[in-house]
Amino acid sequence: MSDQKPFPLNAWYAAAWSHEVARALTARTICNKDVVLYRRADGRVAALEDACWHRLLPLSMGRLQDDEVVCGYHGLVFNAAGRCTFMPAQKTINPSACVHAYPAVERHRLVWIWPGDSALADPALVPDFHWNDGTEWVGEGGTFYGLKCDYRLVIDNLMDLTHETYVHAGSIGHDAILESPFDVTHTDRTATVTRWMIGIEPPPFWAKLLGRPGPVDRWQIIYFQAPSVIVGDVGVTLTGTGAREGDRSQGVNGAFLAAITPATETSCHYHWNFVRNFRRDDAELTRAIQTGHVNDGKGVYDQDHVVLEAQQKAIDRNPRMPFYNLNIDAGALWARRMIDRMLAAEQTQMHRPSEAAE
Amino acid sequence: MSEKTEWQSARLRAVQNLTADIRLFEIEPERFVAPAPGSHIDVAVRIGERPDTRSYSLVGPCTDGIYRIAVKLLAHTRGGSAYMWSLAPGARLGISAPKNHFDLGLGRPDYLLVAGGIGITPICGMALALHHAGARVRVLYAARRASDLAFADDLAGVLGERLTRVVSETAGRINFQKEIATLAPGGELYVCGPIGMLEDAKRAWQASGRPVDQLRFETFANSGRFANEPFTVTIPRLGKVIEVPRNDTMLAALEAAGVDMISDCRRGECGLCALPILEADGIVDHRDVFFSEAEKAANAKLCTCVSRVAGGSITVDTADRPG
Repeated sequence: MSDQKPFPLNAWYAAAWSHEVARALTARTICNKDVVLYRRADGRVAALEDACWHRLLPLSMGRLQDDEVVCGYHGLVFNAAGRCTFMPAQKTINPSACVHAYPAVERHRLVWIWPGDSALADPALVPDFHWNDGTEWVGEGGTFYGLKCDYRLVIDNLMDLTHETYVHAGSIGHDAILESPFDVTHTDRTATVTRWMIGIEPPPFWAKLLGRPGPVDRWQIIYFQAPSVIVGDVGVTLTGTGAREGDRSQGVNGAFLAAITPATETSCHYHWNFVRNFRRDDAELTRAIQTGHVNDGKGVYDQDHVVLEAQQKAIDRNPRMPFYNLNIDAGALWARRMIDRMLAAEQTQMHRPSEAAE
Repeated sequence: MSEKTEWQSARLRAVQNLTADIRLFEIEPERFVAPAPGSHIDVAVRIGERPDTRSYSLVGPCTDGIYRIAVKLLAHTRGGSAYMWSLAPGARLGISAPKNHFDLGLGRPDYLLVAGGIGITPICGMALALHHAGARVRVLYAARRASDLAFADDLAGVLGERLTRVVSETAGRINFQKEIATLAPGGELYVCGPIGMLEDAKRAWQASGRPVDQLRFETFANSGRFANEPFTVTIPRLGKVIEVPRNDTMLAALEAAGVDMISDCRRGECGLCALPILEADGIVDHRDVFFSEAEKAANAKLCTCVSRVAGGSITVDTADRPG
């Protein structure tokens, strides 16, 4: 009965890297909503509905004038609150003339916007993404804008790393991933997949970073925050040095970061980073890790990109074919369960009176 | 405002008289959508034999899934209110989902909400939402007599001292200049009331030098400086003389008489239905928000959807040309 999309609207979604939003108009589609982003003179980010009230031309095709957007068609002007402040050839302004102003905050080097009910947009709900701050952990990531797949396929991908063995053989893939048991735990809004591989030969990527010979203990602790943020705490130590018990001093520790933002039902923006807390001043290493992930089709995330888009194409061609699940999908299924609960809560919120408003 | 309206069936659950001429309607929709503050619903009404629609602001946050609207019974108007008042509990109604032309901006440092008469209806929900959000807010609520102040006691229960009742019979009009001066910088003024109140507010706002977009307003298309009187429209170009009855708009009367008109909002905002005035022997009661005060004073054109002539006749031109 519902035209509800598979993404919750009452959530903060990463819309851009902070450095990408300047004194210029940037268009993004977030949760099926066209948004134009720009930076105001005071540094704050504005996010407006990207369609002029008058004739729907994308405002992003217009220009920024001080802190206001001038429509590129008939010159209507909208301020950062979305209110029209100028109409051509008349002395007054139609009081109904507004475009929606999306709540926007900057946190963890990203711009986050709230596509749903503005009254619920509490900045305290921005996902914990502090690994991306560039302080304790360092790394330079990027974004696959307009990745042609349902954002949940990216979540599936990251919540189960057995795929590394096949998709990323030769870099981070390893048969040990298949053989090691994992635990899945969850709270109301988070899910965590923990896998320890004890006394294994490190895969090439990690062997190089560790720079010390011998077997290692390897961990992958993947932390999901609903609806679509994932932080993967990953690393290796020399085996038997107590990493599992909490002492990681004999190893190297990184984290893969993903803030995945639905664009449409079958496309998304995948903001990624891989950060580390060692050799933090080594710019060359930062660059090497970045190109290891995304490098003109040859990086590990390029490999995921190919798989994810091919998977979406197959889903589109076989719309009635179900997904079957394996034991390895437990983390992804908990993540999807939380998304589904958020969606159900939103349906209720929209169609039933809320207690909170009383 | 070429908005598509999806009609749904609803049931009138109860009615309650709040004042001598304001009645509360509790409407149970088939499919409830929680309204944002400032929202209204369209209601399908019948004026005589003719189907028509009226927009009514939703009162309060509808926490129980019931839409509440309040309708003031107006004599000598188009008949929407009389139709509504004719309905008994249990009646079926056609309604739209909530729409919003009077959006409440969030996170401002200060708010002044001003209601005139039945204009309290959208202000109620805004005041409650701002109160719950912990915002700084003050409400001025004006009506002719104290007994006309529907919802005032309920609002006072929530707002306490932040609600000021203004009984215009004794206290006169609201001094907008004084009130605006107390509003913190960056604060917003929301006004819903008759056109006279709105013009006072606009004038004072402009004089204060505050940003134009921080005055928000909604008006109802049927309030003017003068009561509705029938008047005559002469259109020499078409050789027509048309009577505008007390209970219909000039635009509707012209359309009914076969004058080819374009219009859109039909509430005095867009200016599309404006016609040039050739001559007027009564006072033109400009009820639109499209023309500026100076333009209204110049009397060159009028918005036919809402504006009227107070006793007398008017001669206008149209866009028709031979060929």
